[in-house]
Amino acid sequence: MIYEVFRQERKGQAFQHAGSFEAPDLAFAETYAKEFYGRRGESQALWVVPRDAIVPVGEFVDELERNYHRVDGYSIKAKLKEARERAGTSSA
Amino acid sequence: MNERARRLLEIADDELVLGWRDSEWTGIAPFLEEDVAFSSIAQNEIGHARALYELAARELGTTADALAFDRDPSEYRCAPLCELRRLEWARTVARHWLYETADELRLEALKASDDAEVAGLAAKIDREEAYHRMHAEMWIDRLLATDEGREKLEEAVGELWPYALGVLDEELRPPFAERVRAKLPFEVPEAEPVTREQHSEELRELWEEMTMVRRSVPGATW
Repeated sequence: MIYEVFRQERKGQAFQHAGSFEAPDLAFAETYAKEFYGRRGESQALWVVPRDAIVPVGEFVDELERNYHRVDGYSIKAKLKEARERAGTSSA
Repeated sequence: MNERARRLLEIADDELVLGWRDSEWTGIAPFLEEDVAFSSIAQNEIGHARALYELAARELGTTADALAFDRDPSEYRCAPLCELRRLEWARTVARHWLYETADELRLEALKASDDAEVAGLAAKIDREEAYHRMHAEMWIDRLLATDEGREKLEEAVGELWPYALGVLDEELRPPFAERVRAKLPFEVPEAEPVTREQHSEELRELWEEMTMVRRSVPGATW
């Protein structure tokens, strides 16, 4: 069974994918996860997940190129500044 | 040599020699993940040895390296359990678990010592050994889960038990035997301990290899 490991570096931070390994059962997976991703103080918490439990989603259709849905579609900075000026609020 | 230095050397030698033996699995352990995990355990043991040698060295007016590498094999105080070259996985697991179980009792006693330096170091070492014990337990459970594994483990424990008893002083042997028997579902017969004075020929071979670099350039540091 392959396990995927996510690690959290500091409390409150998001868990990030750290890597994967093979282990015969959960007891081994827990031990190996500690060994590979936790022993050097590089993590404060780990999530160990059987790869089978992960639902892969990978098709993102954008036939009409609606770029305003994307984060790179337009610059929000300028628009925000204009809106603030109109409303008379500062950015603080 | 006083009692304190002698005790420190016993444990340091156990950890160094066992760490060395365990490291013989690097690259050839049963599977990749175990290879990494077991090599890292071996490295930890050698780290513990270094800390213990440093403590002993201060007392004896020498250095950790000199204690680890410059003595004659006959001067090493390690238990013969640690010396044996057992390149077979069930025996390796059996030794690993027997040693960690014995070491836990020894560390408990050291942690309660009046000697603050020794007690402090024992507590530090014990925090890493907790992981080793977890690793050893999980392998014992794995072997016990099948008839084949159980038979191999029984054979290995039968062979190693007299050596395992030799790791501990007399007063710690009964609680050790009790813990071992509580875990194993097969009979562990009474045995005469193979004690620290009874070095095997295998120690000299290991020593030749372990000190080869050190002896090739006397006095070098790296």
